[in-house]
Amino acid sequence: MSDFFRDMAVNPMLLTGLLAGLLASVACGVIGPYVITRRVVFLAGAIAHTAVGGIGAAIFLSYRWPGAFGWLTPPVGATIVAVASALLLGVMHDRVAERMDTLVGAMWAVGMAAGVMLIKFTPGYHTELMSYLFGSIATVASSDVWLIAALDAVIVAAVLLTHKRLLAICLDEEQAGLQGVSVLGTNLLLLTLVALTVICLIQVVGLILVLALLTLPAAAASHHVRRLAPIIWISVGLCMVLTTGPRVAVYGTRLSPESAIVLAAAGLYLLSLLLTRLRARPGGR
Amino acid sequence: MSDAGPVIELRGVTFGYPSADPASPVLSGVTLTVPRDDFLGVIGPNGGGKSTLLKIILGLLTPQGGEVRVFGRPPRQVRWRIGYVPQHAGMDLAAPASVLDVVCMGRLHRSSWGPVFGRSHVGAAMEALRQTGTADLARRSVRQLSGGQRQRVLIARALASDAELLLLDEPTAGVDEQAERGLTELLHELNRRLPIVMVSHDVGFVSAQLKRVACLAGTLTVHAAAEVTHELIARMYHDGVAAVRHHEHCPAAPPQHHEGAR
Repeated sequence: MSDFFRDMAVNPMLLTGLLAGLLASVACGVIGPYVITRRVVFLAGAIAHTAVGGIGAAIFLSYRWPGAFGWLTPPVGATIVAVASALLLGVMHDRVAERMDTLVGAMWAVGMAAGVMLIKFTPGYHTELMSYLFGSIATVASSDVWLIAALDAVIVAAVLLTHKRLLAICLDEEQAGLQGVSVLGTNLLLLTLVALTVICLIQVVGLILVLALLTLPAAAASHHVRRLAPIIWISVGLCMVLTTGPRVAVYGTRLSPESAIVLAAAGLYLLSLLLTRLRARPGGR
Repeated sequence: MSDAGPVIELRGVTFGYPSADPASPVLSGVTLTVPRDDFLGVIGPNGGGKSTLLKIILGLLTPQGGEVRVFGRPPRQVRWRIGYVPQHAGMDLAAPASVLDVVCMGRLHRSSWGPVFGRSHVGAAMEALRQTGTADLARRSVRQLSGGQRQRVLIARALASDAELLLLDEPTAGVDEQAERGLTELLHELNRRLPIVMVSHDVGFVSAQLKRVACLAGTLTVHAAAEVTHELIARMYHDGVAAVRHHEHCPAAPPQHHEGAR
């Protein structure tokens, strides 16, 4: 562990990686509690996986037509497609009552498959795909840190402005509508924020593991506090610990830091569950 | 309240769900006038259209035929003046929220932006909790409430919106007998200043405090409560099958019964 901090002095990439993790923690710690309360974890998964389609399209297009699509970097492509699929899913959520899960599953698979295929058409990018799927916290560029910081600012500002509306549709959609809140609009906003969070997390833990950081810290926090606002604060804190601690701990070993983050998140969740069980026993609370 | 007319007016309202058989609508030719001081119970068999009727009054559903007026206006324009107490199934009981959070949602039409409700809105929510005798539950999680407490909290949420009319859907479902008596008293108390329309299949609850009873099984017939208590309710109670007897007793609405209040 001391190796990590010693090397940080000479290798600024390590510091950049830590910063990226801390900043991404703000996004997933804030949005995760809404996702689990609103029960849209599956939609978040679909958004994350269709983002692979966006990455694939960006890599392919900018390789084929560098003049026309030079601006289309993988994070930009992922952002465009993730937001578009969030809006599509939100409208489907509103209009399609039956078999919604089938459609979501289909989008999930198609987005992923399209992305993988487009990347296969592009020579020399196969390793990059792996880094988007499983994360590459060691190679985060400082421009990515700025992008994550900007997305954080958007997410936090949006939540400060609309927390009451988001909570209202979580508690009782029909009542929120009767009080003049647009349920569809609020839902679209939430899913768009989920899409932005997914973009933040791509760099840190990769798409495959997004769901873990979005759900496990928030779920662990909700074991112990009963209101949404403190759950948000606690899950931001837990995400920060999780994106930092395991990284430092496995530094210099052969273990992948991204997998360590997710396994630590799962361990934390189980520990929290165990604590609530113990407290629920007679003699406890 | 400026307008002195009836709070609810339905004229010849017909409604069928799009997926259902158009030849047999859920509601057909429903006519109803609810005056300012009314305490109306709507009873009828399951599938008779009770909840549909409430949703039409709220403007959540638009009837294919007939006219709906609430406070003399189309329902969508005034729906925030209606305190709606849904069947408690509508509320997410696993939600991470305190009782006060839930009741504050009654203030959402006045304060929907920003992270928190201001002091005046929290004050109004606390006052609504006091009126329903649940002020001591304010900090409690909604997960920890009993059935009766939950109903009171939902009524408080409706009151917090400064409602001028209360609509309740099956308020006694899942509530024990003692809590039910308490709810009856509470509603009786609230009826001193608010018109109340309540849907229920629980005739025992219905009989206690109501001024009028409407029988709804596709069509609607209104009786003065006294008239109903002696004949109809007794018979319904007796065999416990409200649906069958009910239908016999509420034939396709004769006009003189139809709108006794007018």
